[in-house]
Amino acid sequence: MSSVAVSAAGAAGSGGRGTSHGRLAWLVLPALLFFTVFGIVPLVGVFALSFTSWDGIGSVTFSGFDSWTSVLRDPGLPHALLVTFLIMALSWLVQTPISLLIGVFIAGNQRYRAFLAVLYFIPLLLSSAAIAIVYKALLDPNFGIGAGLGLDFLNQNWLGRPWLALGVVVFVVSWQFVPFHSLIYQGGVRQIPVSMYEAAQLDGAGRVKQFFHITVPQLKYTIITSSTLMVVGSLTFFDLIFVLTQGGPGDATRSLALDMYLRGFRASLMGPASAIAVILVVVGLVLALLLQRLGGKDANTSQLEGA
Amino acid sequence: MDQKRTSRRSFLTLAMATPLAASALAACGGSSGPGQAADGGATIWFLTGQPKEDVRNQSVDSFNESSEAGDLTVAAYQNDAYKTKIRTAIGAGQAPTLIFSWGGGSVRDWAEAGQIEDLTSFVDENPEMRERLFEAAWSPGEVDGKIYAVPHETVQPVFLYYNKKLFSQIGAQPPATWDDLMALVPQFRAAGIAPISLAGQSRWTTMMWLEFLVQRVAGTEAYQAINNSEPNAWSNPDVLRAFSLAQDLVNAGGFVDGFNSVVADQNADQALLYTDKAAMLLQGSWCFGSIKADGGDFVSGGNLGYQSFPVVTGGKGDGESTVGNPAQYYSISSKASEEQKQIARDYLANGVLTDEIATAFINEAGEVPIVNGIDDQLAAAEDGEFLSFIYDIASNAPFFGMSWDQALSPTAAEELLTNIEQLFGNPGGFTPQQFADNMNAVSQQ
Repeated sequence: MSSVAVSAAGAAGSGGRGTSHGRLAWLVLPALLFFTVFGIVPLVGVFALSFTSWDGIGSVTFSGFDSWTSVLRDPGLPHALLVTFLIMALSWLVQTPISLLIGVFIAGNQRYRAFLAVLYFIPLLLSSAAIAIVYKALLDPNFGIGAGLGLDFLNQNWLGRPWLALGVVVFVVSWQFVPFHSLIYQGGVRQIPVSMYEAAQLDGAGRVKQFFHITVPQLKYTIITSSTLMVVGSLTFFDLIFVLTQGGPGDATRSLALDMYLRGFRASLMGPASAIAVILVVVGLVLALLLQRLGGKDANTSQLEGA
Repeated sequence: MDQKRTSRRSFLTLAMATPLAASALAACGGSSGPGQAADGGATIWFLTGQPKEDVRNQSVDSFNESSEAGDLTVAAYQNDAYKTKIRTAIGAGQAPTLIFSWGGGSVRDWAEAGQIEDLTSFVDENPEMRERLFEAAWSPGEVDGKIYAVPHETVQPVFLYYNKKLFSQIGAQPPATWDDLMALVPQFRAAGIAPISLAGQSRWTTMMWLEFLVQRVAGTEAYQAINNSEPNAWSNPDVLRAFSLAQDLVNAGGFVDGFNSVVADQNADQALLYTDKAAMLLQGSWCFGSIKADGGDFVSGGNLGYQSFPVVTGGKGDGESTVGNPAQYYSISSKASEEQKQIARDYLANGVLTDEIATAFINEAGEVPIVNGIDDQLAAAEDGEFLSFIYDIASNAPFFGMSWDQALSPTAAEELLTNIEQLFGNPGGFTPQQFADNMNAVSQQ
């Protein structure tokens, strides 16, 4: 839900600059309509539900702050927050350097690079559920990839040990989303004026220096965009973890979004689940705002000074 | 300035228009959900999965051919997704007329919410229906002495499958007692064979070990206390002892290495048994068909053995009681029209498990329908020996314990599965007492 809010905020920001406003403002109607029906209304509903107790089939009864106190007192909440932030931080740490490098690499115009770019892109075409099911089969200690290739070190209890399972989740998430972020970086790199590199070459800067002094600083806003998507995305990350581990072993990979689902739809505690949903929205908005701040207050300053 | 004023005005207009359009959108949703039949007939939801899905369809088709009141429209759903799906549908007032379930906690929930019909008088009016089916199958459909769900389909006990080839390889006999089982562990380990296959990631598989241990060690009453969510049922000292025995088995290396990464969805636990990697497997009767189909000549070559769960010496429970699914169940939605309810009642009385359908369950699905007096028919079937074994378990068991995850409320069941995973996955750090404390806390809510 928070990702919807972010993209809608972005759309509103760029929409105000039209010259023939008046009539054109009506163009926003379909988007606003859908955002209201599928974004705002459920959000208000969830907020209201968090003050009730409901098992999903009986009647909804008002219960004041019961759901909130039970959620806030539950040691599961800080744990779920910890797991969520761990997945967020680790997957950011893994994905950003890899996708930055791949993005810079495939931004070149060589034929073989374009070909490789297509290959890198493949994981993005697969659904998360399919990826999770395949990894589950690959990680089977008896019939998985380790047994198939005869590599004993791959026969680990991958999904059965808390830290290993968390690592597996981060790995699979990264495997799935690195292509997407590479694509963003590729676009960013291609927008950097060639003249900057030419000037640097004249000054005697090598490839590494060019990368750190031109490419990375010029990609500042691309990095922020990509990081925002990663951070907010991993907050609501659900399908892959749900299919891969169901939050297990125990509660080792039970992130906030998963906790919300399992409480609401498995344990039939809609009140507490709604309270977690509200927490999730708040955390997501705060993070998105923080990341925007990180980019400097005036996002409209030129990146091309001196170009 | 001018721009701002315009946009504010148009925004206000939009804000006014949006709710109107939204209600128009909502109206489109209407009443043509999947739960509704097109022509006023009744609807029925059940599970996918061959070969039983074919038999279920056959049952509905032959009922529709002869039915005068109206037809049943079928929608079939995948097993794991169904439990969530049906709950959402019932909550949204989109339930089908006939609701498939496994009895127990979910039926209680629906009955208490007034979502399903009290069928007591209907069953009383059709005594031959009640007499025809296994008596033990009825209680999971009852809530406070009233019948809310009628049993159908097959009985599915859980027992110990074993690989005869591996047992003769190490020259051992299948375990009659828990001590035998513990003694077998080092023997199989020494031969490089995993003693027991377990799909621990699926959690309900691990649960079956605890269910049997609780029944054998703490007895039938302790098991019932858990299923009835009685206070402190989990901290009964005998229940705690049963849990320690389970952890002893984990510590001894009884289960296949990395069992918490093995998943039952793809039948990996069965594969360990028929590929001679593991010697024993505690699973339900529903596995026989896939072991037979996927195991090559494993079953036809006489390598598959099966027996009841071992007795625990000094335990309070008998060695013949079993756990599993006593039957499957249908309830009638109280939101259905009177006409739909009539069709549903007709189907339950005359269509759901006719002799023809019972035969189809035996011959096509290789399972035992919950119909009394079919032992001769079972013995004559293709897998007669296996089917008779199931029938004997079901008809001789003094107690047929319903699976905990079906019997308990959804809230408790979810907590239970998480705790089970920790009990088996972390035998050094997670004690039976912690398990009991967590579960007692949930059942007191």
